[in-house]
Amino acid sequence: MRFVDEFRAADVIGKATEEIRRLADPQRHYRFMEVCGGHTHAIYRFGLKDLLPPNIELVHGPGCPVCVLPMGRIDDGLSMAEDPNVIFTAFGDMMRVPGAHGSPLEHKARGMDVRIVYSPADALKLAQKNPSKHVMFFAIGFETTAPSTALTLMRAKKEGVANFSIFCNHVTIIPAIRAILDSPDMRIDAFIGPGHVSTVIGCRPYAWIAANEGKPIVVSGFEPVDVLQSIVMLLAQLGNAEAKVENQYKRVVPWEGNRAALKAIGEVFELRPYFEWRGMGFISQSALRIRDSYGQWDAEQRFHVPGVRITDPKSAQCGEVLKGVLKPAQCKLFGKECTPERPVGALMVSSEGSCAAYYNYEHRKAAAFTTIGAKA
Amino acid sequence: MCLAIPAKIIELYPGEENRALVEVAGVRRHIDTGLLEDDPPKTGEWVLIHVGFALSKISEEEALDQIRVLTMLGEQQAAVEEVQGYGLNDS
Repeated sequence: MRFVDEFRAADVIGKATEEIRRLADPQRHYRFMEVCGGHTHAIYRFGLKDLLPPNIELVHGPGCPVCVLPMGRIDDGLSMAEDPNVIFTAFGDMMRVPGAHGSPLEHKARGMDVRIVYSPADALKLAQKNPSKHVMFFAIGFETTAPSTALTLMRAKKEGVANFSIFCNHVTIIPAIRAILDSPDMRIDAFIGPGHVSTVIGCRPYAWIAANEGKPIVVSGFEPVDVLQSIVMLLAQLGNAEAKVENQYKRVVPWEGNRAALKAIGEVFELRPYFEWRGMGFISQSALRIRDSYGQWDAEQRFHVPGVRITDPKSAQCGEVLKGVLKPAQCKLFGKECTPERPVGALMVSSEGSCAAYYNYEHRKAAAFTTIGAKA
Repeated sequence: MCLAIPAKIIELYPGEENRALVEVAGVRRHIDTGLLEDDPPKTGEWVLIHVGFALSKISEEEALDQIRVLTMLGEQQAAVEEVQGYGLNDS
């Protein structure tokens, strides 16, 4: 709670936690899924779980693009860069993610030209500066990131940059939520909706979750008080037997989203018929691919893509953790074979993955406590 | 990686479409404002940036709040390194 105490709005937090205790029915067990990996990270970092009564359980959702990327796609991307003429570029988050034959960083150590970029626009710039090379950008991310890739491709086309391509791994959040709701062992009562994804898509795409599935959803900001207020709003809806979409993050998220960003996505991308999600399997219409009108810049059209498929070991229970059936530490591999340093499953890969967040904050805290206890 | 970070618009370039110089925690770089074409930002205004593109305009108060949260999340330093482009010269 140290972090929360430092927070200027400590009294607001106190009021929100009081309100949560007042609204939560002690006879009932609540399972709320925070969809976004940024929320997962914030919940652990600020120790928000410790502020909630024990009958409110937070389940960590699929909103971590690095975590849900199947290992085979990493190998596919790296295979294109076996050509010494190709420069492999990706966000820093991707660099330590293991493929079957090592991560991008390990390939770099073996001589592959691998560069970290902050922005797809920086990758395009690199291509313009290196006309004799081909620069391939490994694109990942939800709707927050896809518009930036789209604008970069539109610029590549406008400026006629021929030595640049995108390996598109963009995914969309709504089909993943649908897959979770369709799962037979689903036990979620309500959703804390993603903040920055919603600045792009707005709040309308969530309407079916409330209308058809009867589950409340509140789009939330990332401050401790935002997350707590969102929980208050969810409890109030459940208490009134209501299910609607609400926007707690109005100061940043417009109800309609960002029209220019949606237009850019529509110009460059179309839906794939299906795409594999690590830990969740194939989900129909859950990812984007590059339209034929931009095919010249589509790495999957320019290069031979082996289509590598590597299944996670059966002992890894990522799917169950994603659906909220198991807590991270209940997985057989957690903290033993599977750690942030050597991840076996998807959720241990990125700091926004629920297993990695749990490991970094809860598990280490518990381990330190045990050590102190042993010394005393 | 899904977190967007607040940045202040320092300079716009008339004649250069959708390009702006921003400052993030004392570090400056160029970003693209093409996603805000419906309501382009002005010098001195704050925007949320994500992977080199401005995603939305925000108030100064909101920006300062978010900077504090990023610092508490331990993400501010990582954000600055990212924005600097890992040494890739931003010109």
